[in-house]
Amino acid sequence: MSVIETLPRARKALRLPRPDGLIPWIVPLAIIAIWQLACVTGFVSARVLPAPSDVVLAGWKLVLSGELARNIWVSFWRASVGFLIGGGIGFAFGLANGLSQLSSKLTDTTLQMVRNIPHLALIPLVILWFGIDETAKLFLVALGVFFPIYLNTLHGIRTVDPQLIEMGRVYGMTDGELFRRVIFPGALPSIFVGLRFALGIMWLTLIVAETIAASSGLGYMAMQAREFMLIDVVVLSILIYALLGKLADSASRALERLTLSWHPAFQKH
Amino acid sequence: MQEALRILGSDAQLVELPEIVEQARHVRRSEENRSRSLPLTIRGLRKSFGDNEVLRGIDLHIPAGQFVAIVGKSGCGKSTLLRLIAGLETATSGTISFDEELDPADIRVMFQEPRLLPWARVLSNVEVGLGQERNSPDAQARAVHALEEVGLSEKRGEWPAVLSGGQKQRVALARALVSNPKVLAFDEPLGALDALTRIFMQQLLERVWRDQGFTAILVTHDVAEAVALADRVLVIEDGQIAQDVSVDIPRPRRRGSADLAALEGSILRQLLKSTDDPSNP
Repeated sequence: MSVIETLPRARKALRLPRPDGLIPWIVPLAIIAIWQLACVTGFVSARVLPAPSDVVLAGWKLVLSGELARNIWVSFWRASVGFLIGGGIGFAFGLANGLSQLSSKLTDTTLQMVRNIPHLALIPLVILWFGIDETAKLFLVALGVFFPIYLNTLHGIRTVDPQLIEMGRVYGMTDGELFRRVIFPGALPSIFVGLRFALGIMWLTLIVAETIAASSGLGYMAMQAREFMLIDVVVLSILIYALLGKLADSASRALERLTLSWHPAFQKH
Repeated sequence: MQEALRILGSDAQLVELPEIVEQARHVRRSEENRSRSLPLTIRGLRKSFGDNEVLRGIDLHIPAGQFVAIVGKSGCGKSTLLRLIAGLETATSGTISFDEELDPADIRVMFQEPRLLPWARVLSNVEVGLGQERNSPDAQARAVHALEEVGLSEKRGEWPAVLSGGQKQRVALARALVSNPKVLAFDEPLGALDALTRIFMQQLLERVWRDQGFTAILVTHDVAEAVALADRVLVIEDGQIAQDVSVDIPRPRRRGSADLAALEGSILRQLLKSTDDPSNP
């Protein structure tokens, strides 16, 4: 009993970092340590997998030449613009079809049919249409993120508690107020699920598109490195993708925590 | 304070005196509040859902400021009657009229579930009850006042998720009260609460009804609750008013008193008799 009581106080006094925050990083750090050890001892050949220190070194060289920043920027730009276009359209359709029977009858069936086509299957067609310039990549990313955003927005709006909507009407809310105060906040948890799915698909689509047809970007950098057997740069690109993915996920989680602070799942006790 | 207690002494006077004062206050309040409530007249009201006729001709007059309880077995149409009065359903035929043109904020409903917006703080939830006056400058002050009325003003900044069931229902009551409605419809608002919270809430309902003087219509399946709170108990059977009992027991009513129990018993007997009737399966 007394231990439980005194522990938080002691932690505060010593200003130690919260151990909870460190736990998720133990496994990745251990993997890197083992990886480095395996490379240094020659257990794994440098041709198969370069040591983490070599990857960092390759990264540092690319940072100095400015190539890394340029490629990350290009990929980031493609990802976010494609995401905004596809996500925006998906969100708009989700709202329209969730709120209006007519709109839903008119477009939902069509969208459900298109949804069943894997969007990456369109790559040959997209290259024929747009070549390998930016439009092709933006198109693919936008198409990829459209569906998770659309489906989850629609689902969120349709599953708002009808009792709350009835309450809103009885208490004299106009349609606009009802949307702003009841329907949209009620759909928000589901919209966030769509957002996080879409972010995953966004990176996946971009990697594939940049690997197949591009003249800049992270995927292109990795493919170029493969041509010249620069395996450390290949590994570096993969790690950067992992970091960017994690960054996007953290950003959406932060947004979620900010807007869903009312939700019991996000409340700190 | 102690001085006053000593003067009153400890004999029977002490017990009776507050009751008389309460009754006097009740009379005075109902005089003051007559303008803040509306009478209600229902003529030939029928409602069908498809082939199922739920209400088969209801004729009813409720004077302004009366507390009416509607009891009946489940499926008898009592909730439908309330939803029609509240404007949540439209009648198949017949009319419901109030004495004057009704502003939407003049009639409020309290549901069985609290129906609070989980993403709005307690105070904002109460402000919802102001309807179109939500943007007026004194909106917040009125919401705080309504929360004080139900004894929850210290919870104004909380999320509904952290409140207990009874507290949520009190917030819902504050939301219903904040627009000073002239008619308040209660659709089994205490049905989901535990016994003690229920008794506390019944006392709270009675108190705010006396303070504000609105016309109260309470649907309940609990006959004891109906006789404890209402001026008049309507028993609905098969979509019609089977009994119209006025409860002339003076307030404040003592829970478990013989008068209340006798009245409860007679209403219950009537309800059960119709169930035992072999011609009415």
